[in-house]
Amino acid sequence: MSEPDAVSCRGLVKEYDEVVAVDGLDLTVRRGECFGLLGPNGAGKTTTVEILEGLLEPTSGEVLVLGKTWERDEHWLRERISLSLQQTYLPDKLTVRETIRLFRSFFARGRDVEDTIRMVALEEKAKAKYETLSGGQRQRLAVACALVSDPDLLFLDEPTTGLDPQSRRMLWEVIVAYKRGGGSVVLTTHYMDEAERLCDRVGVMDHGKLIALGTPEELIRSLGGQEIVELSLAEAEHAPDLAALGSLPAVHSAKMQAGRLVLAVEELHVALPGVLAALAAAGLVLENLSTHRATLEDVFVNLTGRQLRE
Amino acid sequence: MSETQSIRAARFASIRELVLFRLKLFYREPGTMFWTFGFPMAMSIVLGIAFRTQDPEAFPCAVERGPDAARVMAILERSTDLKPALMSTEEASQALRVGKVAVVVSSAPEGRVYRFDPTRPESRLARALLDDAMQRGEGRADVFTPKSELVTEPGSRYIDFLIPGLVGLGLMSTGFWGIGFGLAEMRTKRLLKRLIATPMRRSDFLLSFVLVRALLLFVELPPLLIFARLAFSVKVHGSYGLFVGASMVGALTFAAMGLLLASRSSNPQMVSGMINLVSFPMYLTSGVFFSSSRYPAAIQPIIHALPLTALIDAQRAIMLDGAGLAQIARPLLVMVAWGTGSFLLAIKLFKWR
Repeated sequence: MSEPDAVSCRGLVKEYDEVVAVDGLDLTVRRGECFGLLGPNGAGKTTTVEILEGLLEPTSGEVLVLGKTWERDEHWLRERISLSLQQTYLPDKLTVRETIRLFRSFFARGRDVEDTIRMVALEEKAKAKYETLSGGQRQRLAVACALVSDPDLLFLDEPTTGLDPQSRRMLWEVIVAYKRGGGSVVLTTHYMDEAERLCDRVGVMDHGKLIALGTPEELIRSLGGQEIVELSLAEAEHAPDLAALGSLPAVHSAKMQAGRLVLAVEELHVALPGVLAALAAAGLVLENLSTHRATLEDVFVNLTGRQLRE
Repeated sequence: MSETQSIRAARFASIRELVLFRLKLFYREPGTMFWTFGFPMAMSIVLGIAFRTQDPEAFPCAVERGPDAARVMAILERSTDLKPALMSTEEASQALRVGKVAVVVSSAPEGRVYRFDPTRPESRLARALLDDAMQRGEGRADVFTPKSELVTEPGSRYIDFLIPGLVGLGLMSTGFWGIGFGLAEMRTKRLLKRLIATPMRRSDFLLSFVLVRALLLFVELPPLLIFARLAFSVKVHGSYGLFVGASMVGALTFAAMGLLLASRSSNPQMVSGMINLVSFPMYLTSGVFFSSSRYPAAIQPIIHALPLTALIDAQRAIMLDGAGLAQIARPLLVMVAWGTGSFLLAIKLFKWR
């Protein structure tokens, strides 16, 4: 029999008094995979993850983690999964080493405390108290508390929210190293670049539902174009003819978003001359033009019509 | 190592780390150090000075000016119990009103007049002493001369009364605040949630609180007792072992109550309000600063059912009267009842997430 999936859930629902936070979610996370749950604030990511972590009871639905259920095998699961909550304050007065040692003591098996400190690059801060650490160092310590048990599955809820770019990159390296060692990861984020960088597959959540699922490349390819062209036009009596623009060579789609013309295109050098000619022919004056490679951000906007961080 | 052995070793490590964690939080927090050690000592210094045993002071009294005044002054000046001063009628009345003098003596055609306030004990006492001195000065002979035995020994002073009260108060505060407030904060900051997401046994976690509370007793008690002994010669008349034992029962009782107070709320303000609500009546009625016998007889049964009253009663009995286990059985049972009741309820109500 093959190894059970890291996570598998069917028909997951979580209702609070008035709100449906998770609305019938089906999800499978494979072993050795880094799975990203994307979505804006309030999409239901944290609720979903906390149910998978056995910290919240679902209203209905079936959850299997490493092939086991929380009802029957809680202690077994607690020994094998680890997590960092969206916000944890660790004890102010404990040092980095003391905090990791405390967490290590809860597990029957696990990693050496000093090795763990090295994994998260906090050697120089080993004797520093939590209250003196920077935001990035605190977050690395929180991840270290999860890694010290040498878990089979790691849940990270918005591990880099609010961190500076350098701290984020350092944390990414820690996660990549853990994955390379054979671990499975479920992480939530609303940073698209984080998901593209770390995740093998992502699920996009909105209003408690999964609205897209696939590898970052697949999702970007679903836009139909690898490149995004954004154009600002001067005031004119008539709007651009989106259908005509969309049918130009190498142009996959044309949309108005937030007052700007947004085109998904295959090959910039083929598409651009045609687009510019069509706009000029229609008497529209170009004020600004920018292009970028399509990202998951564009996927999200395309799916929901909203920006991620609205 | 077999698997059972390694699991047992891991459990032991986990309890040890949790205990160390609690201890470090305690001694790395300057505030708790002050409230545990500094505060009771400062309190005993201040109150010890305010209520120090003084040499019996002579009572000030006024002699109103008049033809007879010189004779009265001469008689009163011979008494060691009185400190007479010559004053006009207005001065004397003013001095009596504000309590500068306890009694005023004046002469009238029909004889001598004593003016005093019968609602003030020292005024009545001064009147008696003054009358005694006057009568003797005017030639009254004593029927017999009694022999006096003076008793001013440690154990009967205010400071002797106060120290066990402060020990009890300290144990209540550290139990309520250290455990109750500490837990509420861990819940608010989601540390509790983070901890129960590990295989940590919940019973180990609670056990670490109990163990640390018991350990801290041996750090908490000696400084205050040694200080009281050196500064005020306050002694424990009964057995030290029993005193520590009764303190332990008290400490665990208040620890359990602290656990109960913090069992549900995730708001530290709410918990601190509840702690104040519960401790304030005991501050006032349990006999920390003055004897609870001052309250009406009708509410005495209630006062004596309070855990702090029980603890202080037991400790006073051991310290001052040298009481043995049998004499303090009742207050010990009161504490045990509060302790176990609170603990069982706390376990039932405790919110981990």
